[in-house]
Amino acid sequence: MTKLTSIRTLAALAVAGSIAFGGVAQADENAELVVNGEITLVTKTAAPDHLKDAMDTIYSGWVFRSDETQAMQADDFTNPGILDAEAGVELWNAVDGTEGKSCASCHGAIEEGMKGVRAVYPKWNEAAGEVRTMEMQVNDCRKTRMGAEPYKYVSGQMGRIVSAISMQSRGEPVNVAIDGKAAETWAKGKELYYTRTGILDLSCASCHEENYGNMIRADHLSQGQINGFPVYRLNNAKINQVHDRFKGCVRDTRAETYNPGSPEFIALELYLASRGNGLSVEGVSLRN
Amino acid sequence: MKLTTITAAVLLTAGAALAGEVAPKDVAFNGGAIEASLTGAPGDAAAGAKIMTTRSLGNCIACHEVTALKDAPFHGEVGPSLDGTGSRWSEAELRGIVVNAKMTFEGTVMPAFYKVDGFNRAGDGYTGKAAPADFPPILTAQQIEDVVAFLVTLKD
Ligand code: HEC
Ligand code: HEC
Ligand code: HEC
Repeated sequence: MTKLTSIRTLAALAVAGSIAFGGVAQADENAELVVNGEITLVTKTAAPDHLKDAMDTIYSGWVFRSDETQAMQADDFTNPGILDAEAGVELWNAVDGTEGKSCASCHGAIEEGMKGVRAVYPKWNEAAGEVRTMEMQVNDCRKTRMGAEPYKYVSGQMGRIVSAISMQSRGEPVNVAIDGKAAETWAKGKELYYTRTGILDLSCASCHEENYGNMIRADHLSQGQINGFPVYRLNNAKINQVHDRFKGCVRDTRAETYNPGSPEFIALELYLASRGNGLSVEGVSLRN
Repeated sequence: MKLTTITAAVLLTAGAALAGEVAPKDVAFNGGAIEASLTGAPGDAAAGAKIMTTRSLGNCIACHEVTALKDAPFHGEVGPSLDGTGSRWSEAELRGIVVNAKMTFEGTVMPAFYKVDGFNRAGDGYTGKAAPADFPPILTAQQIEDVVAFLVTLKD
């Protein structure tokens, strides 16, 4: 039994006096995530102010994974998602569309042009008058600036380009703005977070706020943070974007889901990102 | 396909309550408890144990540890251990908890297993699509009684 779990279920244990059956390898929750022996990522820190009445400490989903999965993410040679990020850099440099441009034509090298960008997304876009996710911004540039076909919101190519952009913020703290023009979208996202859905009648908070640290079947529940996204999941052996994960979690409440790219998921993403303000962007993380 | 037809048949019986069964909307609570069997007959404890460990049915062990079911893997810890629950609660109270736990534990995360209305964005199983208008409860009246029959055996 791990540290977090034992704290949170102390009361239950006093009654039950038992432990979870089934051999799920669980990690040391005080482990540090140092990638390639040089980049130390913040995987636990004080909760941002807006979350203080719900919890004191926020944790990356990495903290809740097994020793093996944790170790795989700590080395770029064993994290398969890094290959997708590299393929994303090729997309960045490839000319596409009627204007004969690549992303690099305007933004320069991805390491320069996209440094720190992912850490502040989703973000209010003044000209468009809307909160934009990274996927929306990528497609806007493809459509309006390159004359190229937009990528499907959740797709292999979108997953790769977003992975490549995210890697340029690896190690930087998530720092999305929730005030000003973004406030309305943020409030809508917060409402969705606490709204129960489906025939199981569960909200995101039912699992990720009230029960993080507990086992639900074979899964060790995390806080459902998105600082690690895009995520390479060993379960489906591919890059998973934020809205893809949201969709899966809503579906699992036996609910009619929202669609990737929908106003609901955009709002939820902004709110969720803000619950992780202070955790490191992990670039492309690894989960089961 | 043979299997599909069998599943469809089971779902159909779940949707339209059999004659003599109490339909989900007609269940009478006394506080959190339901005195009478939903089928008018006692359940089968062995079948109840199976329902509790089957993911597509009760999936109870996803959230509860139950020593008597330890041969099935992966017991969760979202809810309390059910060891001794048959000593803590009467049969009527246990029936009420399985039908709709919110009548006993306000705001609980435990799903209601015999309820067909009042949901937000009800889905068609785990497809992510909208549920049909007359979707069945998660468990049939018979399955509820089977689970209750098993729970009362969990004595201290
Ligand atoms: C023709 C020039 C041009 C091309 C080509 C282009 N962009 Fe842009 N991009 C812009 C401009 C201009 C902005 C807006 C800058 C601003 O408002 O801060 C922008 C903004 C962005 C932003 C948001 C930056 C921020 O700090 O919020 C991202 C991310 C981005 N582009 C990604 C891409 C990607 C990925 C591609 C290739 C698929 C691409 N862009 C191609 C011109 C371009
Ligand atoms: C029935 C419980 C349950 C509910 C309700 C639920 N989730 Fe999850 N979620 C899980 C499980 C299990 C996992 C995988 C293990 C983990 O990271 O917690 C997960 C993982 C996640 C992750 C990935 C975290 C990471 O670091 O990789 C995110 C993000 C997430 N959920 C968001 C949500 C959102 C948003 C909602 C509400 C719309 C939600 N979840 C509702 C059970 C749930
Ligand atoms: C999503 C998690 C979840 C699932 C699935 C679930 N439960 Fe529960 N259950 C709970 C929680 C949490 C409680 C504690 C009540 C509370 O205070 O919220 C509980 C309480 C109970 C109790 C009272 C325990 C006691 O002894 O005091 C019984 C009995 C029970 N559940 C039976 C079941 C059965 C049978 C099933 C499957 C048909 C089931 N539960 C499925 C979460 C769950």
